Amino acid sequence: MLRVNDIHKTYEESPLLEGVSFIVNTGETVCLLGPSGSGKSTLLRIIAGLEQAESGAVLWDETDLHSIPAYQRHFGLMFQDYALFPHRTVAQNVAFGLRMQKLPAAEVQSRTNQALETIDMLNFAQRQVTDLSGGEQQRVALARALAPNPRLLMLDEPLGALDRALRAQLSCELRRILHSTHIPAIYVTHDQDEAFAIADRLLILHNGHIIQSGTPEEIYNHPNSLWVARFFGLGNLLEGRVISHNPLTLQTPLGPFQVNCQSDSPLLGKKLTLLLRPSAALICTPEQVLPNMISGVVQDAIFQGESYRLRISCQAGVELFLNVAHNIAVGSHLKLHFPPKTILCLT
Amino acid sequence: MKSLFSRPQPHPRAIQNPTWRAILLWLLPGFFLIIFFYQPLIAIFKLIYSPAFGFSWSDLNWNRVWQPLSFTFAQATLSTLLTLIVGLPSAYLFSHFTFPGKKLLRLATSLPFILPTVVAAAGFNALLGPRGWINLGLMGLFGLEKAPVQFLNTFAAILIAHVFYNTAIIIRIVGSAWANQNNRLVQAAQVLGAKPSQAFREITLPLLSPAILAASLLVFLFDFTSFGVVLMLGGPGFSTLEVEIYTQAFHMLNLPLAGLLSLIQLACTLTLTILYNRVSETRSNFVMPQAQKTILRKPKTLTQRLWIAVLVLTLLMLMTAPLAALTIRSLVKLEPERGERSGFQTGFTLQYYHELFINRRGSLFYVPPVEAVRNSLIYASLTILISLTLGLLVAYALKQRAAINRWIDPLFMLPLGASAVTLGLGFIVVFNTPPWNLPGLPLLIPIAHSLIALPFVVRSLLPALRSIPQSLRQAATALGASPLRVFREVDLPILMRAILVGIVFSFTISLGEFGASSFLTTPDNPTIPIAIYRYISQPGALNYGQALAMSTLLMLVCAAGIWVLEKIRLPGEEVF
Repeated sequence: MLRVNDIHKTYEESPLLEGVSFIVNTGETVCLLGPSGSGKSTLLRIIAGLEQAESGAVLWDETDLHSIPAYQRHFGLMFQDYALFPHRTVAQNVAFGLRMQKLPAAEVQSRTNQALETIDMLNFAQRQVTDLSGGEQQRVALARALAPNPRLLMLDEPLGALDRALRAQLSCELRRILHSTHIPAIYVTHDQDEAFAIADRLLILHNGHIIQSGTPEEIYNHPNSLWVARFFGLGNLLEGRVISHNPLTLQTPLGPFQVNCQSDSPLLGKKLTLLLRPSAALICTPEQVLPNMISGVVQDAIFQGESYRLRISCQAGVELFLNVAHNIAVGSHLKLHFPPKTILCLT
Repeated sequence: MKSLFSRPQPHPRAIQNPTWRAILLWLLPGFFLIIFFYQPLIAIFKLIYSPAFGFSWSDLNWNRVWQPLSFTFAQATLSTLLTLIVGLPSAYLFSHFTFPGKKLLRLATSLPFILPTVVAAAGFNALLGPRGWINLGLMGLFGLEKAPVQFLNTFAAILIAHVFYNTAIIIRIVGSAWANQNNRLVQAAQVLGAKPSQAFREITLPLLSPAILAASLLVFLFDFTSFGVVLMLGGPGFSTLEVEIYTQAFHMLNLPLAGLLSLIQLACTLTLTILYNRVSETRSNFVMPQAQKTILRKPKTLTQRLWIAVLVLTLLMLMTAPLAALTIRSLVKLEPERGERSGFQTGFTLQYYHELFINRRGSLFYVPPVEAVRNSLIYASLTILISLTLGLLVAYALKQRAAINRWIDPLFMLPLGASAVTLGLGFIVVFNTPPWNLPGLPLLIPIAHSLIALPFVVRSLLPALRSIPQSLRQAATALGASPLRVFREVDLPILMRAILVGIVFSFTISLGEFGASSFLTTPDNPTIPIAIYRYISQPGALNYGQALAMSTLLMLVCAAGIWVLEKIRLPGEEVF
């Protein structure tokens, strides 16, 4: 089990990591998610032992790794640019870690082949890595990191350099391989789709802290801050001021909104942001009277395959996005209702 | 009426077929090369085979071939090894660390690269020669009659001067390969369990070895063809092939033997050049895209600081001591003028610089040094003109995707391997005899200089030219620019810096060229290096001082040149 404890690190004189702590359990794939420049890669390099933190500790099974150099940690790290050795063949790249363990040649050979088989590239063994395509390089890098059977695997934006179609395909493959090996893994990315596809658990890194951690569902359903909701693009954000409790009601540019939010502290007069999910809106008949009703005009309907995305202009210049199953003509007037239990309050 | 959207007609003068375009572009450079390179080369062949010179293989004393040949190989090997010993740590230093004075040290280490051999020789002379600082200082201190340090005319002098010259090449080639090496490769190796020493052996060294090999070959080539250094610092006791060619042609008047030595020299240098080009080509195979460059860092630990300090001081000593000695010695009077036996004034003087403008001897063959300066400047300007014109044509020809380039390219590579002395000898043999009968034609000198500078010019221009995406030209054409206009608006502005680099190279090469000039200058029309060579070996403080003053001026011009080169670093350029 990996425990990262209160890591601090500055980069070019400004703080990058300000007390990062988390654990990775046996067999678990954890996604470290954050915008570019948030220090994700640096954190991986600190865990790998390639960089030193200014304070804090990295522990493996409660043993401090501080004095253990990178080459003795038995961690695998897959670099963003793969860092394949250009003067070695595919097989020689994959065999490198096994050779460093001074295993007998026959075992190096068989385990190399086994690793190449896992990624379905056994017949590429004698090719130069410089001749491979991006996706092939990515898979060789994965095989190289996995071959020595590391006790922890770290992947630094492994799909970042690939195009969209290849990314979708390879992220499924990665998920399969990571889960079949049971090696605990830290997967760094800035792409939430990729994170949702691969992670057992997400860690969200922002401003030098892990600001939220949880399963993809937990984070999707209950983002704990406005920043997280924005980062995941979870939906329409609407600012409002609390005007009464029980039910909690906020005054917004679109009128009063009732929400099901529990709070221990009195909120009266406070500014909050509401998250209105694009799929949560119910389209009403003109006669219906319900709380949380909005009327607006369809400005644009974008075909998205399974659904249509509507852009709706409401009063006070507010625009909302909705996901609906069937197309609605541009220019139609709509009356919408957001059930209170679908609305989240964020600070 | 013509439609607005009618297809643009191909420009009538634009030749579409790349082969014809290549042939057209090769025409002038090819003609130039045939007359001024291949003709002299054939003339040298004839020296051996034509009965007119009375050469016969049975009379040949093979010792006179074998001795300079083996000595040339021995000194080049030893010099290269020593240069690697100094250069490799320096390459690591420059590619991995920042430290105070780094820029200056880079300039100081690069300067020798374009410094004329006579200036370097004069520098070592001013430092360690019989009339140099150290010897005069020791003599003054201990009241000695004779110079205690015997540096000139030793094997060590040759070796040290070669290290002085070529360290920059190792630093540039190996240093830039090292700096460009993706440092994540080593980190990847470490994460996979490689100790730092293993990572160096398994990753860094194999990836660096083509660069080390290429740099060593280039250094070996330069050491192999070294002429001025061996002639002026090694003295009569040491003879490389180059020096032996010169001696046989000029002092022994044994033209056939000089010719034979030239051909052996040519074969050797050509082999080295081909090897170098081969190695350079394979080098690029190891460059991966998205490589992350090594981040320069400040030295942290005490050991690091210590070895960096030692290295920086060593480099400074090696690179600047001779040049500083030269400059200061040219401004200080330390010994009596001829006829002044005693009671002379020592101290700061500008006399040696004033004297450059005066013709003291009034003799027909002793021209005032200022005329040598004038000659050199004229020759250098002509060299720029010729080599740039030819260089542009060759670069554009090489850029064409034409099969014919595969055949012509090697023919143009041959002059790269030719030494200056061979060129000089060939010129003498061809143009001193019928049908040319042009002894001392002044134009021959800039032509020879242009042949020497041409490879440098082409190598400055070609990468820049290849870096211009064809789409830029197509965009300009689509917007209505004629081919000439495309050249002026697209190619020329992008090429400008490369052209400037070519100008600096041809200018400094011409100013400092010694080997070919020593054959081609007439006594009444010397160039600066020839004048320096003449003055420095003559008795009297004035001659010595004048030689040093001229060397100092030449050095300043080169320093300005290297400063310009550093300012306009070309993309992808490392060293030539």
